[in-house]
Amino acid sequence: MKRLITAWLLFAGAWAAAQTFAQAPSMPRFRFQNFTTADGLPDNHVFAVLVDGERVWAGTENGLGLYENHRWRTFSAQDGLAHRAVLSLALDPRTGDVWAGTMGGLSRISAGRIDSYTQLNSGLSNNIVYGVSVEGEDVWVATAAGGCRLNLRTGAWSLYNERNTPMTEIWTYGVSATPTKVYYAVWGSGVLEFDQNTHVWDKYDDPDGENELVLFRDQGLIHEIVTSVSYVDGILWVATYFGDSRYDGRYWHNFLTKDSGLPSNFTNFIKGVDATHAWFCTDKGLAYFDGVNWAVYRPSLADGRPEMTVRDGAGKATAILVTTAPAHNYILGIDFQGPDIWVATAKGLSHGIRQP
Amino acid sequence: MRRATAVAAAAAAFALALLLANLRPVMAWSGADTAGGSATAKTRAVKDAQYASPLEMALSPDGTRLYVICGQAGELRVLETASGRTLRTIGVGREPRGLALSPSGDRVFVANSWDDTISVIDTSRLAVIATWPETGEPSGAAFARNVQGSDALYVANRISNDVAVLDAKTGAERMRLAAGRGASYTTLAPDNSRLFVTHVYPNPGRHRTAPESEVTVIDAAKGRVVERLPLHSVAGVFHTAISRDGRLGAVVHLHPKNLVPMAHVEHGWVFGDSVTVFGADVGGAVEVPLDEIDRYFAMPFGVAIAPDKSRIYISNAGSDCVTVIDVSRLMRFIHSHPAPFAQDLSASANYVVARIPVGRNPRGILLSRDGRRLLVANRLDDTISAIDTRTNRVVSTFVLAGPKMLTGLRRGEQTFYSARFAFQGQFGCSNCHIDSTFDGLTWDLEPDGLGVDIVDNRLLEDLSGTEPFKWNGGNPGIPIECGIRTEKYIWRSENYDYRSLADLAAYVIGIPARPNRWRLPGGALSEAQERGQAIFNRDVDRFGKPIPIENRCSFCHSGPKGTSQRSFDVGTGKPTDRSGLFDTPQLLNIGLTAPYLHDGSAKSLEEIWTIFNPHDRHGRTNDLTKDQLNDLVEYLKTR
Repeated sequence: MKRLITAWLLFAGAWAAAQTFAQAPSMPRFRFQNFTTADGLPDNHVFAVLVDGERVWAGTENGLGLYENHRWRTFSAQDGLAHRAVLSLALDPRTGDVWAGTMGGLSRISAGRIDSYTQLNSGLSNNIVYGVSVEGEDVWVATAAGGCRLNLRTGAWSLYNERNTPMTEIWTYGVSATPTKVYYAVWGSGVLEFDQNTHVWDKYDDPDGENELVLFRDQGLIHEIVTSVSYVDGILWVATYFGDSRYDGRYWHNFLTKDSGLPSNFTNFIKGVDATHAWFCTDKGLAYFDGVNWAVYRPSLADGRPEMTVRDGAGKATAILVTTAPAHNYILGIDFQGPDIWVATAKGLSHGIRQP
Repeated sequence: MRRATAVAAAAAAFALALLLANLRPVMAWSGADTAGGSATAKTRAVKDAQYASPLEMALSPDGTRLYVICGQAGELRVLETASGRTLRTIGVGREPRGLALSPSGDRVFVANSWDDTISVIDTSRLAVIATWPETGEPSGAAFARNVQGSDALYVANRISNDVAVLDAKTGAERMRLAAGRGASYTTLAPDNSRLFVTHVYPNPGRHRTAPESEVTVIDAAKGRVVERLPLHSVAGVFHTAISRDGRLGAVVHLHPKNLVPMAHVEHGWVFGDSVTVFGADVGGAVEVPLDEIDRYFAMPFGVAIAPDKSRIYISNAGSDCVTVIDVSRLMRFIHSHPAPFAQDLSASANYVVARIPVGRNPRGILLSRDGRRLLVANRLDDTISAIDTRTNRVVSTFVLAGPKMLTGLRRGEQTFYSARFAFQGQFGCSNCHIDSTFDGLTWDLEPDGLGVDIVDNRLLEDLSGTEPFKWNGGNPGIPIECGIRTEKYIWRSENYDYRSLADLAAYVIGIPARPNRWRLPGGALSEAQERGQAIFNRDVDRFGKPIPIENRCSFCHSGPKGTSQRSFDVGTGKPTDRSGLFDTPQLLNIGLTAPYLHDGSAKSLEEIWTIFNPHDRHGRTNDLTKDQLNDLVEYLKTR
C-alpha cells in the first residue's frame, strides 16, 4: 500500500510538473557560455557589451576587450584608450568604428587606431562618459556634466546642460539617438528629449516629484533617477532604480516587481528590441518581456544554481529547468547577435546561445 | 668685421629693393579680404591661370587619351597620348589635386581642393556635366565598383582627415571613414579589393615623440577601414602603388629627423626620403631609403610598379628626377640583410638602378599598360616627360600650353620646391611646408643643444602684415627669414643669389590663404562662433570684473590677421627656451595647424587654455565655463 501511495504521488507530481511546463508560455531559452579573466576577458566587472557582426566588444573595469575568432584581445590606456574603465559602447553602423565611453574620456576605435577625446583636449563636457550613441554624422554623449554632441564632419562640439536645456541636474547616465529623437537618461532629472527636426528640447518627469512611491498605476515616469533609455520603433523604454516604463508618445506603462515579471525594480540598463519586446538588466537578474509574458535568467540568489522563470500574462510563474545561467545576477548590459544574446555582468561576460 | 657687416647690410638692402620691385604685383593680389583671403585666392587664380602646373594624370582605358589635372590653372587637360597634342582644356574648380576615372572610361572625376567640389566630366562630350559639393578639402579620388551594392567614389579630404564615400551616380554622400591626418592620396588595388589612402601630416601623438603615420586600408566593397598599416617615424606620406598581382605595395614618404638639433645636415640628419614596401612578397612592411650617402633624392611623391613587377619608379619632386628600383634586387637585399634599413644610406646602392633627370618638380607618374612608357608630370615647368623604361631615358617631352616667360613669382616657386640649395640636396622649403603650408611637426632648429628652443612649424599663408618671423620675432622680414637665416642655419651649402632670394621672398609672402572651412556659407558665423567672438573681444570677465587690456585676447591677437606683430610672455616658456617672450602668431586658418604654442606642446586649441594657462597669463580664460571655452575655440577656427 505504501508503495502504491508513493507511486501515485510520484505520478501526480510528474503530471503536475508536465502540466505546468505545458502551460508556460514559450520564451527564448539559452545555453550560457560565460567568459571571465580565466578565458582572457580583461576584467570580470563588465559594464557594457557591444556586438558588431562576429566581433564582440566588452567594456570592463580594466580595459576594452575584443572577442574575435575565439580569442580575446585587450585595448588599454597604453594603446591610447582614454581610460581603462570602459563604461559604455556604441557602434557607428556606417563605418564600423566603435565608440567607447570611459572614466577618462571618449575613445574611437577604428581598425585598431584609437583616438581619444577628453575634457582637456577637446570640447567634451566631462571625462566621465556614461553613455554614447551614434546617429548619422553625430556622436551623442552622456557625461557627468551634461550631454554633448560631436559632429564628425565639422569636428564641432555642442554641449547640453542646465543652461540650454530643461535639465535641472546635469548627471546624464545614458543616451539613445535615432534619426527623429534623441533621449537622455538623466540622474535626478528625468528623461530629456531632443527633436532632431525642430531642435526643441522636452522633458519627462516623475509626476510625484522625487517621491519614491508610485502613487498611481501607469502614472508616467516612475522616478527622476533615470539610468537608461532605449528608443526603438517609436517606443521609449525607460529604466530607473525604482521600476521601468514604456512610453508610446501618449501613454506610459509602468513595470514594477509587484505587477510584472521584473525580478527587481533596480534596473541598470534597458534595451528595446522593438515596440513590444525589451530586455531589462537588473541587480537581480536579466529579464525579457515579449509584450505579455516575462522570462528571468539568473543564477539563483539563494544558492547560485542556474534558473529561468517564466511569468505569463496572468501572473503565473513557472520554473524552467535549465543547466546554465548568466555569470552573475547583477546585470549591466546586453546586446544581440542574431538569435543569441551577450550579457555584461558584475562577474563576467555571458554569451547566451539560443536553444531550439 | 665692420666690413663684413657693411657688405651684409648692402646685400640685404639690395635684396630688399629687388623684393619690393617684385612685391608690387603681389601686394596688388593681396586684396582687401585679409581675414579670409578669398579675394586673394580668386585674384591669384586669375593671375596664375596661364601656368598649367600639371599635377596628376590618368589614362583612358584604351590608352589613347591622357587626362592631366593642372593645379594652378584649375583645368583638366585632355591630351592625345601618342603625340601630347592637347585635345581639350576643361575648366574645373580651384586647385584640383586628384582625379579618378570610371572603369569604362566614360567619366572623369576631379577633386577641387579649394572649392570643396568634385567636377564630373563626360569623356564623350569632354565637358563638365555636374559639380558635386564636398567638404574638407577633397584631394584624392578613386572609383570603386559595387560598394555595398552600387558604384562609389572615394574621396580623401585633407582638412577633415577622412575619406568620403559618394554615390558614383549622384554624388550623394553615404559615409565618412576616419583616415590619417591630412588624408590626400588614394590608390585602388588592381583587383578593386582594397583602397589605400595616405596622409601628408602625421597623426596626433605625444609631444616630442617620433611622428607616426599610416596607410589606411579600406575594404573597397564593404566601405570599411580594415587595416591601418603603421609607418613609424614617418611624416609626409604621398602616393602608393600596388602590383597587378596584389602581392607588392609601395608607398613613398619623408622620414624627418625633427627630434634632434639641426646641427648636422650630413648623413640624412634632417630628412630622409624613403619607400615602404609591403605585401605578401615582402612578408610585412619594410622601409628602405632612396637616398645615397652623399646625395639625397628629396620629396618622393609619385610611385608606380611595372606590370611585370620588375621595377618601381618614384618621382623625386625636390630633386627633379625619377628613381628606378630593381624589385628583384630589392627583395634579395631585404631578405638577406637584417632590418632596419631606414637610416642606412648605403642601402640604396643595392637596389636603385637609375636616376632619370626630368623636369622641375615632378609629381604624378603613370605607366602605360605595357609598362614601356613612363609619363611624369613636371609641375613647375609645365611639361610631361615620356620615359622609355627599357633605356631609362626621356624620349619626348610634352609642353603644355602656357607662357614661355617665367615671372619672378614662378621662379620663386621653383626655388621653394627645389632641394638643390641644401647640403647635398637633402631638402627644400617644401619639405617642411608641404604644398606651401606646414608639416604638423615641431623642430629643434638651432644648433644650441638637444631639446633647446623647440619650435612648432607655422603655416605659410597670407603672411603680409604678420612680420616679424620666427617664434622669437628675430627676423624682421621674409628676405632675412628665407635668406641669411635659412642659408646659414638650414641649408649650409649654397646661398641664393639676390634675384633668387627676391623671387623666393615674393613667392612666400604672396602665398594666399586657402578658404576658411569653419565659416558658414557666405562667411557668416554660427551662433556658437558669435558667442566666441564676443568672448574674444570682451573687456570684463564672467563675473563682471574688468580684464586688463593686456590680458584680453583681442589685444595681442589684434588686427585683421590676429597678430599685433609684437612679442609677449604669456607664461608658456619652458626652462629649455632661451626666452619666455614669443612672437604673437597670426590666427589665420588656425584650426588646421595643430599642435599649438611655440613648441607645439598643446595638442589642440583647447589645451592652450585647459592645460597651459593656469594663471591666466595667456588671456583671462579660467573664468570661462566649458561651453564658453568651446565657443571661443569655434570662433578662433573661423579666423
